[in-house]
Amino acid sequence: MSDKSRIDEPTGTATVGHEWDGIEELNTPLPRWWLWTFYATIAWAAVYVVLFPAWPMVNSATRGMLEWSSRGDLKAELAAQDAKRAPIAKAIAATSITDLAAKPELLEAAIQGGSAAFKVHCVQCHGAGGAGVVGAYPSLTDDDWLWGGDLAAIETTLTHGIRNPDHDETRLNMMPAFGKDGILDAAAINDLVSHVRVISRQEKPSASSARGAALFEANCVACHGPAGQGIRELGGPKLTDAVWLYGGSREAIAKTIYAPRNGVMPRWNDKLDAVTIKMLSAYVHSLGGGEDAPAPVLTAQPKGEADNG
Amino acid sequence: MANPDALANVEGPLYAARKGVYPKKVDGHFRRLKWLIMAVTLAIYYGTPWIRWDRGPYAPDQAVLVDLANRRFYMFQIEIWPHEFYYVAGLLIMAGIGLFLVTSAVGRAWCGYACPQTVWTDLFQHVDRLIDGDRNAQIRLANGPWTAEKLAKRALKYGLYLAIAFWTGGAWIMYFADAPTLTREFWTGEAAYVAYATVGVLTATTFVLGGFMREQVCIYMCPWPRIQTAMMDEKSLLVTYKDWRGEPRGSLKTALAHPGSVGDCVDCNQCVAVCPTGIDIRTGPQIGCITCALCIDACDKVMAQVGRPRGLIDYCALDDVAVERAGGTAQPVLKTLLRPRLMVYLGIWCAIGLAMLFTLGQRTRLDLAVQHERSPLYVQLSDGMIRNNYTLKLRNMEARPRKVAITVSGLPGAQLWTETGSREKASQRVEMTISPDSVTRVRLFVAAPAKGPARQDFTIATQGRDGDPRGDSDTIQFDRPEVQ
Repeated sequence: MSDKSRIDEPTGTATVGHEWDGIEELNTPLPRWWLWTFYATIAWAAVYVVLFPAWPMVNSATRGMLEWSSRGDLKAELAAQDAKRAPIAKAIAATSITDLAAKPELLEAAIQGGSAAFKVHCVQCHGAGGAGVVGAYPSLTDDDWLWGGDLAAIETTLTHGIRNPDHDETRLNMMPAFGKDGILDAAAINDLVSHVRVISRQEKPSASSARGAALFEANCVACHGPAGQGIRELGGPKLTDAVWLYGGSREAIAKTIYAPRNGVMPRWNDKLDAVTIKMLSAYVHSLGGGEDAPAPVLTAQPKGEADNG
Repeated sequence: MANPDALANVEGPLYAARKGVYPKKVDGHFRRLKWLIMAVTLAIYYGTPWIRWDRGPYAPDQAVLVDLANRRFYMFQIEIWPHEFYYVAGLLIMAGIGLFLVTSAVGRAWCGYACPQTVWTDLFQHVDRLIDGDRNAQIRLANGPWTAEKLAKRALKYGLYLAIAFWTGGAWIMYFADAPTLTREFWTGEAAYVAYATVGVLTATTFVLGGFMREQVCIYMCPWPRIQTAMMDEKSLLVTYKDWRGEPRGSLKTALAHPGSVGDCVDCNQCVAVCPTGIDIRTGPQIGCITCALCIDACDKVMAQVGRPRGLIDYCALDDVAVERAGGTAQPVLKTLLRPRLMVYLGIWCAIGLAMLFTLGQRTRLDLAVQHERSPLYVQLSDGMIRNNYTLKLRNMEARPRKVAITVSGLPGAQLWTETGSREKASQRVEMTISPDSVTRVRLFVAAPAKGPARQDFTIATQGRDGDPRGDSDTIQFDRPEVQ
């Protein structure tokens, strides 16, 4: 290269001596620190390869001496979050469900925690927002509660479930299958339906509903109350309102009287810890229909599923 | 430009070591201007975080604070939220256009006076003169053997460099937290890891870039000189050696012996000696010239001594160079500055600034955003009415709690209540107190009669109930079952 190197006249700079099709390269020296910076990056790369995951292998990259991994970072972050939440969980555990409402910060935390647990354990039946499914699973967002809608009642329902065959403390009632078991004939059921439609203000009184009123008096008041307003203590659904778990049309009511569903809600005390149940109760209570605790302590529960209501 | 060294050694090295630059002390108008700008900019940088600004009990009392953790930016009476980041974007655009304006008017004035690299390099060069003496003493010391004296001087000088660098790095983090608190935490070891890391990195960069890299940053690392080249025109001011006046160079003795045979330049080399980037301005405009004008000061002094008019080296636009070379008189600086291009830059710059000031004055400090909960869309209530749920985000951007009212319009028979209220106490309006300087989430329950369209638009509004009735509203949908 030295034999061809020359001074470029317009710039006065030496060329490096190469020439490609008349194109030459001027030798404008790089600053030396630039070169050293380049060497430093090479040295750093060597250090990095030793310290951090670098070479791709069959199953994963080399681990590196620091044993660092982004998954490890995530694990540490999750652990830190758990540690941060531990005192809140402890405080919730130490607070009875009826006292929770008086502690807004704790209640808020419980609702948040309950919201997360709800998505895992409850949405399968009650739907993402607790809206339920008409004709199958009750809505948790409305103001009609079969077993009570205050915090304590909801907690009891969650803890012990409804009609759990394996559990003594479960909430239990049973609507007879008036049609299927031959207690009432088709005409009587028809009259009963008329009466229920009248007390829920869906129909005008008629001869049929007058006959139905007598049948109601004889067969239904024990659970549904004399005026059909329901009896919470027994989980007897209210028949006078606009909310119907299995539908409020003539056909739907007739079907319910003929063969009630007597739906089952699992108990959760064998699946979830007490804190999670408490948080779930707070969340369900917050969905819009939550009631204040009644003055005398009732064995109330949220909407389970007896028929109607 | 011919390079005699390259002629002598055609096979030059591919890598060149930095040549030492030992600028000589100088005094003059531009040097004093640089002193002033250095004092002001450094005072702003080091001092700003320590200015207090009372904002009441709910906001920090630091005048300028970038609160990353809480996502707030405070600048005196202005508080910027993250969603108002366009104000910061606007400031950056103003800074950009400001640089265009300055560059096309007075060339690389930013480089010469205000750039942090220039200011800190200047500061470190003063440290050099303080410890090692002026130019000649510095050169002697640099080339001399490693005696005890040199060792002591170097240790002292680098120690001072390090102190300045540490102070510089330390001042930076004060913009991101309460300065007195952070200072205490920093020295007691309680500050966040990132604070120490930031100080460490900035100390290192200041030490290296200001103490050692200096003009290398301007010449090799900084993109701005390249961009500026595209922004300057023949009317931009440059530091110019008036060769038609100075050449041929000759000593005073020659001038006395043969009057008229030599120009004004006495070849004293003072312009080269004082240059902080180590260039010779007499070879013409070049990338190494940051237009700090110290050579003008040096040359003016010499011209005064030899009894010749000042301005052999002076700020001069390329147009004026042509005029003066032809023997004419350059037009006044003011006329150069009043050209249309600069007026356009200035106009845009002012327009953006005024627009931002206007929107700052107009912005609401109480915002409402409503989301309709979609699961479920509506809830059948036992008395036959229909309930919809909404999530309200009430953004209180003032540093005081606000009493606000929430009302609805366009939904006859509506009842409102929130999580903390109940249906029994529902009414046409909800009042609440929201926390200062934060977003409050409220779940609003709205019940309305079942009779009505399946989808009905209505308005949810909020307004202050504490003297300032301004507020915000949002139009949203109320859903009912399709078939009753």
